[in-house]
Amino acid sequence: MKLRFATVWLAGCSGCHMSFFDLDEWLIELAELVDVVFSPVASDIKTYPQDVDVCLVEGGVANADNLELLLQVRARTRLLVSFGDCAITANVPGMRNRLDGAEPVLRRGYLELADGSGQLPHAPGLVPELLERVLPLHEVVPVDHYLPGCPPSAARIRAFLEPMLQGELPVMEGAAMIRFG
Amino acid sequence: MTSLSEAHASPTPSAASPTSVLRVRCCSSAGCLAGGAAELRQGLTTAVARRELQERVAITGVGCLGPCSQGPLLAIDPDGALFAGVTAADADGLIAALAHRLQAVSAAEREAPLAWRPAAGEQVDIGRPFFTRQRRIVLEHCGLIDPERIEAAIERGAYEQLRRAVQECTPAEVVETIRRSGLRGRGGAGYPTGLKWATVAKMPGERKVVVCNADEGDPGAFMDRSVLEGDPHRVLEGMAIAAYAVGAEQGFIYIRAEYKLAIVNLRRAIEQARRRHLLGAGLFGAPFGFTVELRVGAGAYVCGEETALIHSIEGQRGTPRPRPPYPAEAGVWGRPTLINNVETFANVVPILREGAEWFAAIGTEGSKGTKVFCLTGKVCRGGLVEVPMGTSLATIVSEMGEGCPDGAGLKAVQTGGPSGGCVPASLLHTSVDYESLQALGTIMGSGGMVVMDHSTDMVAIAAFFMAFCRDESCGKCVPCRAGTVQLHGLLQKHLAGDATAADLAQLEALCPMVAETSLCGLGQSAPKPVLSTLRYFREEYLARLKPGPTAAATGR
Amino acid sequence: MSVRTLTIDGHAVAMATGTTLLAAAREVWVPIPTLCHLEGLSPVAACRLCLVEIEGNGKLQPACLTPVAEGMVVHTDTPRLQDYRRTVIEMLFTEGNHVCAICVANGHCELQDRAVEVGMDHSRLPYRHPDRPVDLSHPHFGLDHNRCILCTRCVRVCDEVEGAHVWDVGWRGEHCRIIAGLNEPWGAVDACTDCGKCVQVCPTGALFDKADTSGEKHTDHGWLGALVRARARGQQTR
Repeated sequence: MKLRFATVWLAGCSGCHMSFFDLDEWLIELAELVDVVFSPVASDIKTYPQDVDVCLVEGGVANADNLELLLQVRARTRLLVSFGDCAITANVPGMRNRLDGAEPVLRRGYLELADGSGQLPHAPGLVPELLERVLPLHEVVPVDHYLPGCPPSAARIRAFLEPMLQGELPVMEGAAMIRFG
Repeated sequence: MTSLSEAHASPTPSAASPTSVLRVRCCSSAGCLAGGAAELRQGLTTAVARRELQERVAITGVGCLGPCSQGPLLAIDPDGALFAGVTAADADGLIAALAHRLQAVSAAEREAPLAWRPAAGEQVDIGRPFFTRQRRIVLEHCGLIDPERIEAAIERGAYEQLRRAVQECTPAEVVETIRRSGLRGRGGAGYPTGLKWATVAKMPGERKVVVCNADEGDPGAFMDRSVLEGDPHRVLEGMAIAAYAVGAEQGFIYIRAEYKLAIVNLRRAIEQARRRHLLGAGLFGAPFGFTVELRVGAGAYVCGEETALIHSIEGQRGTPRPRPPYPAEAGVWGRPTLINNVETFANVVPILREGAEWFAAIGTEGSKGTKVFCLTGKVCRGGLVEVPMGTSLATIVSEMGEGCPDGAGLKAVQTGGPSGGCVPASLLHTSVDYESLQALGTIMGSGGMVVMDHSTDMVAIAAFFMAFCRDESCGKCVPCRAGTVQLHGLLQKHLAGDATAADLAQLEALCPMVAETSLCGLGQSAPKPVLSTLRYFREEYLARLKPGPTAAATGR
Repeated sequence: MSVRTLTIDGHAVAMATGTTLLAAAREVWVPIPTLCHLEGLSPVAACRLCLVEIEGNGKLQPACLTPVAEGMVVHTDTPRLQDYRRTVIEMLFTEGNHVCAICVANGHCELQDRAVEVGMDHSRLPYRHPDRPVDLSHPHFGLDHNRCILCTRCVRVCDEVEGAHVWDVGWRGEHCRIIAGLNEPWGAVDACTDCGKCVQVCPTGALFDKADTSGEKHTDHGWLGALVRARARGQQTR
């Protein structure tokens, strides 16, 4: 039976997913080995399904939607992988944490830096509420594996996934595999 | 060498006949001053003047009288009656009562208890265990002499042992006396004082330095402050004897700026001693000189650590450096330096006066002499006590301190401040000595003893001490600078009920890491209150945990 | 000069008296991670990465400062040390704001290198995201406190090698910060000779050349050792 594979995009720039595309022709091999059951770039399914084997999660946890999806992912996934620096360290999205809270961030972004007609976004149910702080995934839910990099290079992603698909643990050592940045 | 109750009843040797002169000793320590002791003393002086009793009633300021939590305190000689909670409003009534006493004709009238009580205070029974179980060596003159007058100290023998040492002993004999006495450092670590003196004495180098560590900083500890405020000459003499023994000519007292009164009293004492040629060059006709300077620290706790203290004396940032080299080898400006704590120096004079064997007969096998403690917290009778080493915690807390107020049961006793731990009530029979306390995961420390009753939250206690260490970390080494913050965060998470088993596991993993990798004693001992509360009160941590991921799931 | 023989991770080595364990280990290719240490500057043993186990000694000792001794048996890479080193690195990453992707030193950063060496693929400690400033007042150089790990190399090189003592450490504990002059903007400190030595010795991107952008800061520390040695031999006076 093929592995049920997913990727998820939270608060990140999508660069990790772009790097995933850099796997080029290996993507075709991958597609033969797994069923892509959820992914912003490789599937059109809107709801995160049950019984996922492996999920790469890009991005930190920055808003209510991120949090809700992450909790779903954790509940429905066997191996959750923190995919890229934002998922592991909060990275660039986390830079807003020094402003200490969601409200100062919104004020800064939508009022102080606006050209005169600024207003705070408020549309419950449409625009997700910001969390007070952007958090790395493992500060919210248990994470099984970490794949650092901003973004992780295609070579690193492949070196990580290949053994996983064989049911083995990737060796996460050395600059080629775990260097941040 | 008297217990306090006897000491309370002993007038100064030169006092006139007890029937003709009455003496009121007003506590002038920082604690009682904060409670209005200065106004009280002024009120008494005014009342005496108004009644023109200056010849018959002497009002003197003295150091700590003991049960500080009940201050302002005063004692009346010749019988040593002790009164607590006295205010300036009581002054006139007291002097009136004393005037009446002076007019007494019959012996019965003169010996009857004074017909006076402070309006809101009480007479303290000096027959209570708080007084009778004490053995005052360090504090023998504290509360008896006027610390502002060198004459008062000299009347009781101050500088006599320095004279004897300089004129009659070789430096090696002095070191040997201290070694045989078994005195150990009273700053907390308990290093053998004689060995330290011998090491500095044997170090090559013409210019050596003696430093008195008066940077007392543990929360709830004021032993050294009391000694410095109440009997400053005792410490100066101890330092001078040490200087003679190790071959030093320069001395520093490193004292925290918060100790304003101690600084004033010490400055005055140094000046008085200098004028009488008890400090300075060519003492007692010998080719030995010793000068003492005060160095006032800005109140950084870490400056009690000897290498940080040395840096601070040198005018540098108060941060520690790795040892070796130890200060004995390279201390202040690279010179061989002897650093002892206030209480250690205060033990020197009685050891020389009464002999090493006398001192070694007090206390236990490994811990000789007495120890001054500040009994604070949830205890009926708190204050400054001095007890022989080997006294049980139960004696100090339950008998002398008379247990917890409001009938709340005793839960734990904290010793050693942020570097120490909590002893649970079940182990209160433990003897107070260096080894026994260490075996329980705490330390003797400098003498803070905080009593906790069953209303005390032990996780909150651990968090309090960690917050203290976090604040006081100098920031030089990573494990202390960042580790105390992480530990404090974890403890706060526990307090808030947000911690999971994984957080508890992380707390327990981080404690040894910070302890074993930190550069100096502050970081090395910062996890102790956590480890000790985990050891004896683990259920309080467990009760707060919320269900959550196990340690393995988060990668710890 | 006499010689001491000792064992480092099973290698028998003979070293001149006074050699540090760190130098001895490097001579026999035993890697011990360091951050605050830099050849040519006085050792401070502040980062605690180079702590090693010495048989018979209950306390971990900093290799950068501990001299070799006869018969010493040293272990530099035990599981306990590995765990402690990783924790130190995690503490450094979480106490500042180290956003590698946008840092001038990305790819050439000693903190990044150490993280790889200790196997840190994530931090087990929570990130603190402190609010720290950036000083861009100097005409050529910048100081980003977010990236500073307080190794004090800049303080020492400016004091010990350049002789200007522009830098020092201000405040205490978690609030410690490198300060220029008496906590003035760097550009306002007249004592600064604009030599750039501090930028050169900085292990991260905290001190940088304003001309550099992400990933463009390359440093080479070899010059410092060479300069200090040359001065000691009287071959160079400045």
